[in-house]
Amino acid sequence: MAIVVFTANLKRHVDCPQSEAPGDTVAEVLDQVFAQNESLRGYVLDEQGGLRKHMGIIVDGTVIADRTTLSDPVSTNSQIYVLQALSGG
Amino acid sequence: MAGKLLVSTRKGLFTIEDKSGWQITDTAFLGDNVSLALHDTRNNYQYAALDHGHFGVKLHRRKPGEDWMEIATPAYPPKPEDLVEADGWGKELPWTVMRIWALEAGGADQPGLLWCGTIPGALFVSHDHGDSWEWVKSLWDHPSRKRWFGGGADWPGIHSVCVDPRDSNTVRLGVSCGGVWRTTDCGKSWDLTADGMRAEFMPPDQAGDPEIQDPHFLAQCRNEPDRLWVQHHNGIFRSDDAAENWTEIEDVKPSGFGFPVVVHPKDGDTAWFVPGIKDEKRYPVDASLVVTRTRDGGKTFDILHEGLPQKHAYDVVLRHALSLDETGDCLAFGSTTGSLWASKNQGENWTEICHTLPPVYAVRWC
Repeated sequence: MAIVVFTANLKRHVDCPQSEAPGDTVAEVLDQVFAQNESLRGYVLDEQGGLRKHMGIIVDGTVIADRTTLSDPVSTNSQIYVLQALSGG
Repeated sequence: MAGKLLVSTRKGLFTIEDKSGWQITDTAFLGDNVSLALHDTRNNYQYAALDHGHFGVKLHRRKPGEDWMEIATPAYPPKPEDLVEADGWGKELPWTVMRIWALEAGGADQPGLLWCGTIPGALFVSHDHGDSWEWVKSLWDHPSRKRWFGGGADWPGIHSVCVDPRDSNTVRLGVSCGGVWRTTDCGKSWDLTADGMRAEFMPPDQAGDPEIQDPHFLAQCRNEPDRLWVQHHNGIFRSDDAAENWTEIEDVKPSGFGFPVVVHPKDGDTAWFVPGIKDEKRYPVDASLVVTRTRDGGKTFDILHEGLPQKHAYDVVLRHALSLDETGDCLAFGSTTGSLWASKNQGENWTEICHTLPPVYAVRWC
């Protein structure tokens, strides 16, 4: 199963422990995680299911390409980091 | 004097009370962006709208004697895949709530009903104190809604909600930019009521188009509800016929530009404004902070400055940041430079409550 790690800054607002979940795409894995923790979904995704504008997701060292439907593939051992897309000082 | 303020700021929500002197008596959400708050006088519930930036917009509620808790956030429904939605300028319009820009209680005969306006410009209604929200599709589907466009923000937004004191099913909205809207059936249908407004920022032949007007804030008199005031991008407007028609108030000194307006609850001729330089500069004229007040429906204005800084004051007072209490005597306003003032005598004299707050977005007596 893929491992999902959330930015530490999100912990201040909502419970978001490191999680493991099955799935062939980022969307499938995150959906499994959110199904267990529904309040977390809206902090990462907007109401259309897209990645929030200032969030970023890195899968095994690569920034995902599809921010709209999160269709980037993941493997059984993937590590998915859900991060703030920080910029500036 | 009501003596208690709910102050929404860039870095938290502050309760500030007059207890032999003003003091901060409660803080919440410190470090977080609180864009707006509501004290519902029907049941003393409080609501706070948060904008977490990266993590989106959230809504919290506090019942008397309880802690704040997150409740449902108004949200657009799934956008049809093949739909191309654009604002009045042709820019793609996202179906995502980016800011809660209006939050008002329904009438006393509508317990649990809340109205919420957002950026991009949608209206939501709750019938259960914010536990759930419905998208007001009738307004979204109105053909004229598609012409709305952003003023100070990237997208159009609904910032003012006035529930008619005579009939709670009649509600008026202020939209930047999209004029003034009215429903008389609690949101089932809508019509536009911005005749008489003038938008200098448009080509001359479109300046009077009701659909593109930029009211910065809309206020209705409680005891004389046919009287409404608008602080418009283009100046000050008054309606004497429940927003059917609007009259421009001209030559207001030191400026007719600003964001907020409040109207006396018993006397529709009396209203207050906080003027600034029109319109790109947006700070007090001559860096001298004043409040303007009319007592005669806009024929004349008093310039009120006792207790306010008159040199090097660059305070901007946003549309939700001026508040008048139920008596019509006590005013308070906060600025983007973190200052907060109150007056117990309709603005004749002002007391500085604090000058080290974060940027103030909204002030409300409670």
